[in-house]
Amino acid sequence: MRVGLFVTCVNDTLFPETGKAVVTLLRRLGCAVEFPEGQTCCGQMHVNTGYRDEGLRLARRFLEVFAGYDAVVVPSGSCAAMVREQYPKLAAGMGAARPGAFAGAHRGRTRFAEAVAAVTPRVYDLSEFLVDVLGRTDVGAYFPHRVTYHPTCHSLRGLRVGDRPTRLLRAVRGLELVPLPAADECCGFGGTFAVKNAAVSAAMCADKVAGVEATGAEVLCAADNSCLMHIGGTLSRLRTGVRVMHLAEILAATEEDR
Amino acid sequence: MSGTFLGMPAFPRNAEKALLNSQLRFNLRNATHTIRARRAAVVDELPDWERLRAAGKAIKDDALRNLDRYLVQAEEAVTRAGGHVHWAADAAEAGRLVADLVRATGETEVVKVKSMATQEIGLNEILRDAGIVAAETDLAELIVQLGDDLPSHILVPAIHRNRAEIREIFRERMADWGRPAPPDLTDDPAALAEAARRHLRERFLTAEVGISGANFLIAETGTLVVLESEGNGRMCLTLPRTLISVVGIEKVLPTWRDLEVFLQLLPRSSTGERMNPYTSTWTGAAEGQEFHLILLDNGRTNALADEIGRQALRCIRCSACLNVCPVYERVGGHAYGSVYPGPIGAILTPLLRGTATDLDASLPYASSLCGACYDVCPVAIDIPEVLVHLRAKGPHPPAERLGMKAVGWTLNRPARLRLAQRAASRLRRLVPRRRLPGPGAAWTDTRDVPAVPEESFRAWWRRTEGREGGAR
Ligand code: SF4
Repeated sequence: MRVGLFVTCVNDTLFPETGKAVVTLLRRLGCAVEFPEGQTCCGQMHVNTGYRDEGLRLARRFLEVFAGYDAVVVPSGSCAAMVREQYPKLAAGMGAARPGAFAGAHRGRTRFAEAVAAVTPRVYDLSEFLVDVLGRTDVGAYFPHRVTYHPTCHSLRGLRVGDRPTRLLRAVRGLELVPLPAADECCGFGGTFAVKNAAVSAAMCADKVAGVEATGAEVLCAADNSCLMHIGGTLSRLRTGVRVMHLAEILAATEEDR
Repeated sequence: MSGTFLGMPAFPRNAEKALLNSQLRFNLRNATHTIRARRAAVVDELPDWERLRAAGKAIKDDALRNLDRYLVQAEEAVTRAGGHVHWAADAAEAGRLVADLVRATGETEVVKVKSMATQEIGLNEILRDAGIVAAETDLAELIVQLGDDLPSHILVPAIHRNRAEIREIFRERMADWGRPAPPDLTDDPAALAEAARRHLRERFLTAEVGISGANFLIAETGTLVVLESEGNGRMCLTLPRTLISVVGIEKVLPTWRDLEVFLQLLPRSSTGERMNPYTSTWTGAAEGQEFHLILLDNGRTNALADEIGRQALRCIRCSACLNVCPVYERVGGHAYGSVYPGPIGAILTPLLRGTATDLDASLPYASSLCGACYDVCPVAIDIPEVLVHLRAKGPHPPAERLGMKAVGWTLNRPARLRLAQRAASRLRRLVPRRRLPGPGAAWTDTRDVPAVPEESFRAWWRRTEGREGGAR
């Protein structure tokens, strides 16, 4: 099975350890992982902020780069949801938005729609790939810490990953999983929302952080570094001492790492 | 707070002000969490909720697709039943029609059933300018009116007020409108309700003209339907000699049978009840009564012309999306500057009014796109999808456009991204963790910035894997 890693632009640039952890983990489980270097970004930030054309250009690139893979693994719920949930909508909307377009545009549209249909069903968030494709919940990890898990909106309501991440965490040796109060409430990141409506975003995060602190956990885990950058940035500013970690990094940890 | 929604500043500024009001945040948090839990419990009871929801969506879509046909059918049915039908293109025309109809009766006082459509067109102000006093009879709407306030929730317009505040409003203002509050009024809910009941009863018994909206208009029979909890609506609909109903054209349902679906969807989604306490239906004019139906467009045909936005017209105003919205929960309804607050307001208001004002242009951004609103909507309006669509249509600030283009340009070629990453890692020590300049300052007000790593993932891969493994 050819597995392509879509590391995402944020992880690539700011959180390379997450990408390394995915590579380590998948290799340990017997997968041949490739990182196609033509990849950059799924286009989510552009599309969600209202820059559809720029987003579409990036989407085209993504579809081209990942066309040949049996599975594409994404260590980010929101980027995986962008590809799987929003690309088909973009394809449908292309027909709607420009009714009088010329024939070339029509062909471009059809090609995009076909590429979306071909690639997106094989795009998986990390926990989906581990549980559904590899059939593993115990990935042989060891992480002797008290951990709480924030499900993130796009994993929860976009991808509907359900309890896959917590099943994976429960199987980690040494790990004590404590439930997060109001876990399914948004942390207030929302991409450019965090800057455009900074005050509301901060108020939402304050409640999320209060919930994290109430658990007494040492580590807050999620499957999306964007949300973690926001919550972690607040935890750090408040000097709570709680660390944030991507799910992949916990699942990649073993006894040898000690 | 008084009078009108016009001239409100942009959403982020409104929101920031609202966030400073801790009483408001406390009231809202309590109220929305209570009703949220109630809704979830009664929705979970129905094994076929998703199928009901799909049915509601399908019926509304059919109604919207064939709106022209159904509206004419409804007009004919209402006329046949002795009612008069008027068409209003916008708020001003609808207001003028109502004012003229009231004037023709010679009355200067009317009673009102709570109605979003009449709030949307600012009817109370229009009537006031015409020398007519319009008295609200819904308890929460009464609190808003007495307090010279604006509604902040679709279903519970006074959700931002608590008992103590309501007691004060009753004591200070009831006398200006009719029967005063008893001098020993406490903030016990039963006492407050009793004071309101006595005050309102006098209004009902003297009013000759009633004004209502409607939750549904059934094309087949010309029947109007109002769902309410207090019974005040029923009094307004039946006691006065003249009844005027202002109804948005999107309220049409094709057949009487369709109502069954919505009588399940609406109460469970809005009040978290299995069944609605008072459901009133009327067709044309009752004996000895005169009935006028005003069909209101006011931007609805514009919304209908928007292929992605038109789904917002399926909305049955249940307010479930408000009650689960984390943004609404923190800032309340006034920040949205419209009678339609929360997630539905963030899409419906710009669809109806356009995005010419600062506020209306900022509404599609008043969401973190968390998707909770879409999950609870009983007619499956994909609110995040419409938000993103409106963002693409709306105006963008020039500086942002430039920045987004620059980022897009960089991301469009891996080589450019690699260069940018290399530059970032060289300058990594210069990135302040606590005080970013420019738009980044909004981030560092409350959050630290992550440290830029020495080596990007891409650079690590190249260093350790060479160029094999899917390089292209
Ligand atoms: S958008 Fe949906 S959830 Fe919100 S008020 Fe309308 S019908 Fe209810």
